[in-house]
Amino acid sequence: MPEALVKALDELTVAWQDAMADEAFVSEFERVLRDYAGTPSRLYHAERLSRQVGARVLLKREDLNHTGAHKIRNVMGQALLTKRMGKTRVIAETGAGQHGVASATAAAWFDLDCTVYMGAVDTRRQALNVARMQLLGAKVVPVESGSATLKDAINEALRDWVASVDHTAYLFGTAAGPHPFPSMVRDFCRGIGDEAREQCLEQYGVLPDAVAACVGGGSNAIGLFTAFLEDEGVEIHGFEPGGDGVETGRHAATIHAGEAGVLHGARTYVLQDEDGQTVESHSISAGLDYPGVGPQHSWLAAMGRATYTPVTDRQAMDAMALLSRTEGIIPAIESAHAVAGALDVARRLGEEKGPDATVIINLSGRGDKDMGTAIEWFGLGDAEGEAEPVVATAPGEEA
Amino acid sequence: MASTTTAFEKARAEDRAALVGYLPAGFPSVDGSIAALRTMVEAGCDVIEIGLPYSDPVMDGPTIQAAAQQALERGIRTRDVIDVVQAVAETGVPTLVMTYWNPVERYGVERWATDLAAAGGAGLITPDITPDHGGAWSAAADAHDLDKVFLVAPSSTDERIAMTSAASRGFVYAAAVMGVTGAREATSDLAGPLVARVRASGDIPVAVGIGVSTGDQAAEVAGFADGVIVGSAFVRALLDHPDDEAAGLAALRTLTEDLAGGVRRG
Repeated sequence: MPEALVKALDELTVAWQDAMADEAFVSEFERVLRDYAGTPSRLYHAERLSRQVGARVLLKREDLNHTGAHKIRNVMGQALLTKRMGKTRVIAETGAGQHGVASATAAAWFDLDCTVYMGAVDTRRQALNVARMQLLGAKVVPVESGSATLKDAINEALRDWVASVDHTAYLFGTAAGPHPFPSMVRDFCRGIGDEAREQCLEQYGVLPDAVAACVGGGSNAIGLFTAFLEDEGVEIHGFEPGGDGVETGRHAATIHAGEAGVLHGARTYVLQDEDGQTVESHSISAGLDYPGVGPQHSWLAAMGRATYTPVTDRQAMDAMALLSRTEGIIPAIESAHAVAGALDVARRLGEEKGPDATVIINLSGRGDKDMGTAIEWFGLGDAEGEAEPVVATAPGEEA
Repeated sequence: MASTTTAFEKARAEDRAALVGYLPAGFPSVDGSIAALRTMVEAGCDVIEIGLPYSDPVMDGPTIQAAAQQALERGIRTRDVIDVVQAVAETGVPTLVMTYWNPVERYGVERWATDLAAAGGAGLITPDITPDHGGAWSAAADAHDLDKVFLVAPSSTDERIAMTSAASRGFVYAAAVMGVTGAREATSDLAGPLVARVRASGDIPVAVGIGVSTGDQAAEVAGFADGVIVGSAFVRALLDHPDDEAAGLAALRTLTEDLAGGVRRG
């Protein structure tokens, strides 16, 4: 990282470690999440989906949290820390807008000034979330440089932070970037896995056979995975954005197809060319469209504790339709990647272990924000019925 | 290979600051950047800093990023940067590369140091690698007698300034403002105290960068620093003449002469 940010990162590290060791801070964080964000989120048995795949599919309903995603956990933690550090302004980057909306929400609740950097491409495909952030009082800055997506929004937010670090906190949106962000974001998100583990034991008397989450930067995934790392019998699956297919080069499957490098102050897998230039990533999900990944995921992949598999745009959109039709739950496209990949895992485990085989899928966010993409993809919105009906198929089934 | 240290000593002997000029390689083209950098040498730059265009230049403002982006879109490769270094170093002026870390690591640190030294390059300026995380580079630089220019910022603690000064060779780059590169109307009041703090940590030359675009600003900074680093203003001179190379070079020459006059007035 630039020397200009070293002091701020060191201060943040000390403040975060002190806060996490302070019972009063942890208690206040838990109270805020419970009373305001709506956690613990439910662990829901998706029975119709389970029958289709022959295994017990449990959905960790982070989509029911306030602002509609797991992101609220991270930002409330970081905003609480911001207040503790005496800073008055927050900045954030966002891809799909989930983290931007969560940051704007936290800023409103904690009475902090808020600026959100968003790739200009993303402001167009996530216009609804731009409006939500503005309504919440945040300033949204479209970033035109580079590929005008999430990585460029991070670059711009870092530039802002260099110039404003004395009074501004950077609410980093994912478990990537320089230390302490990957560990801090993991800590604030780990309630997802802690709750899911406890709920699964309480409701079914067993640990799951597998847990699954989508991985862009990897905050929801590391939040889920952390609780199960020591449970050797629990398979851990991350599903990366495969875009048009890894073989096409138009994807964001960083662990599957990236190579070790340095991006945004972290050593991790990076989509890069022969010269170390970051390669533009692609995903139908703006929230997963990032050419790097949290370093902890790189480590889990390298040591073989977690498996990371690409899921294409088409597979994710099919899963979005499937979950909508079978369970009446419209997932975020990010989460639909996890659903698509996890149902293949569930089908295999069902064949191996029978219908009590249990898979927890982190439903990290709801799909309201993605309706524009869904309308375009499925040809929806024609009340006269000219559009073809969406066909929902489970993995492995013919449409 | 020309020595950066010698260039600073020469300027100090003339009781003035050295002028350090920056342009990205490959901007506006590979040959165009060579012509521009040679013009800057002819018109008074004492040290040349060649940027390696990178896709994610966190410490650069919009002007330099636009130039780097243009170079990348026109297909600049790391190897081309070495070639630009060679062409400029042939003028006899110490020529350093300013680069973010990932392209160096990708090229191979040892291979990079070998090729840079063979091209006559003087060393590296590394905006996103600090000495405490730059062990691989420091070892390679030491093995090839290359300069290691690390940055300090107004936010740096005295301990980190001392560590950075001790680890640097050639000069220390003092980022004068808490912010990214780019011309500013007024020089920073943070620069003077920062230079003084570096001076207190040793006798390595300290050059101030970020924000200087005129001879008068250069004179002001030269009053308290060993070197004045200018980048965005040079880039702007070329960006303002996109379709007329001769006019761009003429503007560059005029600007360099103004700045060179400035460091002599300071």
